[in-house]
Amino acid sequence: MADASNNDAFVEFERVQKSYDGENLVVKDLNLIMPKGEFLTMLGPSGSGKTTCLMMLAGFETATHGDIRLGGTSINNIPPHKRGIGMVFQNYALFPHMTIAENLSFPLEVRKMGKSEREAKVKRALDMVEMGAFGGRRPSQLSGGQQQRIALARALVFEPELVLMDEPLGALDKQLREKMQFEITHLAHRLGITVVYVTHDQTEALTMSDRVAVFEDGRIQQLAPPDKLYEEPQNSFVAQFIGENNTLEGVVKEINNGVALVQLDDGELIDCKPVNVSKPGERTRVSIRPERVEYNKDRLSEGVHTLKAEVLEFIYMGDIFRTRLRVAGNDEFVIKTRNAPDQVRLKPGQQIEIGWLPEDCRALDA
Amino acid sequence: MSDTTQNGPVLAADGTPLKRSLAKALRMQKLRALMLIAPLLLFILVTFILPVGDMLFRSVDNRIVQDVLPNTVRALENWDAASSELPDEAVFAAMAVDLKAAAEIKVHTKVAKRLNYENPGMASVFRKSGRKVRKWDVENEGPYKERLIELNDGWADIELWRTIKTYSGQRTMGYFLNAVDMKLGADGAEVRPETERIYNTMLIRTMRMSLIITFSCIMLGYPVAWLLANITTRSANMLLILVLLPFWTSLLVRTSSWKILLQQQGVINDVLVWIGIVGDDNRLVLINNELGTIIAMTHILLPFMILPMYSVMQTIQPTYLRAAKSLGATNWTAFWRVYFPQSVPGIGAGSILVFILAVGYYITPALVGGTKGTFISNLIAYHISSSGNWGLGAALGAILLAVVLLLYWVYDKIVGIDNVKLG
Repeated sequence: MADASNNDAFVEFERVQKSYDGENLVVKDLNLIMPKGEFLTMLGPSGSGKTTCLMMLAGFETATHGDIRLGGTSINNIPPHKRGIGMVFQNYALFPHMTIAENLSFPLEVRKMGKSEREAKVKRALDMVEMGAFGGRRPSQLSGGQQQRIALARALVFEPELVLMDEPLGALDKQLREKMQFEITHLAHRLGITVVYVTHDQTEALTMSDRVAVFEDGRIQQLAPPDKLYEEPQNSFVAQFIGENNTLEGVVKEINNGVALVQLDDGELIDCKPVNVSKPGERTRVSIRPERVEYNKDRLSEGVHTLKAEVLEFIYMGDIFRTRLRVAGNDEFVIKTRNAPDQVRLKPGQQIEIGWLPEDCRALDA
Repeated sequence: MSDTTQNGPVLAADGTPLKRSLAKALRMQKLRALMLIAPLLLFILVTFILPVGDMLFRSVDNRIVQDVLPNTVRALENWDAASSELPDEAVFAAMAVDLKAAAEIKVHTKVAKRLNYENPGMASVFRKSGRKVRKWDVENEGPYKERLIELNDGWADIELWRTIKTYSGQRTMGYFLNAVDMKLGADGAEVRPETERIYNTMLIRTMRMSLIITFSCIMLGYPVAWLLANITTRSANMLLILVLLPFWTSLLVRTSSWKILLQQQGVINDVLVWIGIVGDDNRLVLINNELGTIIAMTHILLPFMILPMYSVMQTIQPTYLRAAKSLGATNWTAFWRVYFPQSVPGIGAGSILVFILAVGYYITPALVGGTKGTFISNLIAYHISSSGNWGLGAALGAILLAVVLLLYWVYDKIVGIDNVKLG
C-alpha cells in the first residue's frame, strides 16, 4: 500500500481558493496532487493558509472556489461525517465525559458496528499505540503524550484511508515530541495510510514527511521531498524558513555555464548557482547553509571566489561549533563546523577567509 | 523525611517542633483573613443564620401555655383526656387562678390566640371569661366549676380541656402536623378530615409547578445559551444585554406587564381574537390560574437558567463537535453524544437555581396566580402577616427548607454537586 510511486491521484486540490470575508483570500489558487500512501506535510507560519486547507479537506470549511477530490470524486458537497477521513486535533479533542475505550468505540458505534466487533477493534487500536491497559480511564487522567496516542488511535480505529493531523505534537515537550514523530511515521507507513500533516515546526516536517508543502501567503511556495527542500530551496522564503540560512544581497553580473557571478553590495564578487535569476543586472539574495561554508584554506577548491570575514563569536555546542562572522557587512553570518579532532577553533577578532562550492550558494529572488 | 522516622517529630532550626512553628508563622495570616471576612460573617449571622434558627425554633415552640396557665397544666396531669367526663373542681379552680393572674397582665388573650389555632372558638371563651374572672376572689369563692360554666358554657366542652392538655408541653409537633394536614388529638397524631386539608395540596402544587417552570426554562434557555456561546463576542455581548435586561427592571413592573398581556381583555387575547384563532366570546383564561403563574415565572427566572448554561457552554470547545463529525457522527449524534453531556453541568446548575428560587417565590404567584396558581409561600406569608400564626408559618417554611435540601441531596447523588458549574 505504501507505494508512493503509484501516481494515481488520491487527494487532489484543483485551483482551490478560500476567503472568509469576501475581501482577502486566505488560500490563493491551491493545486496539489497526493498519491495514496503518501505522508505529506503542510508547513508554514501561522496565517499562511495551511490549516484552512486541512479544514477544507476535512469538510469543516467550504472552498470558495475550486475542486477538492478524494479518490477521484469531488467531495465539495459531502458533509464531514460522510467523508470517512480520520482526524487528529491539536488539543486532541478527546471527549472528556467518555472513557478511553468509549472514545475509541464512538466512531464504530456511529457506524452501527456490532458490540463484539467494536470491542475487538478498540482493543487492537489500543494495543497498536501501546495503551492497552488504559481503556477504562478518562482522558483527564492521562498525560499529554498518552492523550496524543489515544487521539491517534481514535482517528485510526475506523480504518480511514486518509488521516489528517493538525499540529498534533504542538503541546508536547521536546523529547516526547521527537519520540512521537517516529511513532507516527512508522505507524503511518506500516498501515499504508495517506497522511496530511500540518505543522509550523520545520524539524517535524523534515523528519516525518515524504513530501513537504511550504505554505506562505496562501500559496504553496515549494512542494518537494525534505532533502530537496533543504538543499535546493526554490526561493528565499523557503530558504529562510527551512533550517538555518545565511543571506547576502547583491546584483548579478553575469551568468556563464550555470554559474552566476554576483557582486555583493560591498563590491566583493562570489560564484553562485542561479535559481531565480535569469539575466545580469537583477538584484538577488544569495543563500548559503551554515554547514556548507568552509574556512580551511586547504579544503577550498582552486579558483573560487573567497570572502574576508571577521570572527565575532565562537560558541561551543558539543557536537558542533557555531561561529558568528561579519561578512560583507552582515553581522549575522553563521557557520557551523563539526567537532572533529583536527578542527580549528576560531577566536573572536580573528580574520579568516571563507568560501564554498558554487552549487551550495544559491542566487534566489531578492 | 528520615528525621521523623528516627527521631520523632521534625524540628525547626531553633529546636521547636516544626508543626508548632509553622502554625505560629501562619497564625497572623489566618487572623488577617478572618478579620477581612468578619463583617460579612457578622452580617450573615445576624440577617440569615439567626433568623433561620429562630424560625426553626418557633415551629416547635409552645411555651406560652405552660407560662400562662401553669396551675391548670399541673392540675390536668391527673385527668384522663380520653375519658368522657369533664375535669374535676381542682382543675377549674386552677384555671380560675391562672385566668385571673393572666387577665391582670393581659396575657390571657395570647394564650387564647394560641389555643384558638388548634380549636377555633377557644379564643372567645378565654377572652370573655378573662374580663369577668379578673374581679373574682379566686381563693374562696368556689365552686369554680359551676361558676365558670355559668359564665361561659364553652368551659363545659370537653374538647377545650383536651386541647389544653394536648398542648401543655414546652415543645409541640402540632405546627408541623398542621402543616401536613394532620392534627394532634388526644391519642396522638391523626389525619384531618378531607374538608380541612389544604397544605399538602399546596406543597405538592408548589413542587409540581416549580418543576414545570424549571423544565420550561431549560427548553427555552438552552438554545439561547447555545447561541450565546457560539456567536462572535460582539454579538454575544449584545444578546447578553437582552438576556440581562429583565434584571434591571423592577420585578413588580414585569409581573404587572404580564397581567396586561395575559388578561382576558389583554394584548394576547386581543391579538388571537383579531387573527381569528379564538372567538370573542371564548377568550382564553391565561391569568389568575396555574398557567399565568407558570408563564410569568418562567419569564422572570429564565436569566438564572441561561447564565450558568452559557458559562458552561463557553468552555466546551468547538473542536469536540468537529472531532465527533470527523469520526462519522451526524450533526444530531455529535450534539447528543458529545455536546449535550458536556453541557449537563450547566443545566444542573441552572435547574437548581431556578427550582430553589421558584419554590420560594412569592410576589409573582400572588399577583398573577389567582387562587389556583398560588404557592406555599403565599400561605406562609398569610400566616406571618395576616393570621399571626407564626408557628405554622415557621413549620411550613421549615418543611420547604427540608424539601429543598432533600432535592439538593438527591441531585448530588445523581449528578454530583461537583458537576455544577456557575462559571
